[in-house]
Amino acid sequence: MNNYETVFILTPVLSDDQMKDAVEGYVKVLTDSGAKIVNKEIWGLKKLAYQINHKSTGFYALIEFDADGSAIEKLETEYRRDERVMRYMTISLDKHAVKYNEKRRKGEFKKTKQVEEVTA
Amino acid sequence: MTLQNEPINRQDIKPKYCRFKKNGIKYIDYKDPDFLMKFINEQGKIYPRRLTGTSVKFQKKVAQAVKRARHMAILPYVGDSLK
Repeated sequence: MNNYETVFILTPVLSDDQMKDAVEGYVKVLTDSGAKIVNKEIWGLKKLAYQINHKSTGFYALIEFDADGSAIEKLETEYRRDERVMRYMTISLDKHAVKYNEKRRKGEFKKTKQVEEVTA
Repeated sequence: MTLQNEPINRQDIKPKYCRFKKNGIKYIDYKDPDFLMKFINEQGKIYPRRLTGTSVKFQKKVAQAVKRARHMAILPYVGDSLK
């Protein structure tokens, strides 16, 4: 069971609840294939740094989970099949990354942004 | 007329150091744009090691994080006056 983190961007055209159930759909895909969701963040509509198929804003969502390797294959085919997803990325996390994510969740970086240099 | 180099006084040349080793940073998050902005120039290119003085191990991590951020449209591939 290694830890993974997936971020994906949905097209901004969808309504709010469509976005929600798209994210829920991916959480369900993960739990069906035996993953344990560690963290789920929805960043909402954000301005993209460059246009992706002629759209300049996107709905970002992040899911951090523990799973074995085969679950990633299923997740990625779901992403490719779904045309609402403009872009996705799944990365595996090493121990430093997991520690960093826990710190980030505890909000250590929010208060003092520049302290991040020291504690990260 | 022989070539004359000016004398260099060694005191005011500060040795470069790897800021990640010094500050004990272990992981560079690709989701955090304003931290990554410190490692790219105005056009969005990654600063080379000879300017920043970072060690090989962390320069690779910085490059990987910047490339991931570019893929996820957090950083632009080619920006203009990003700072």
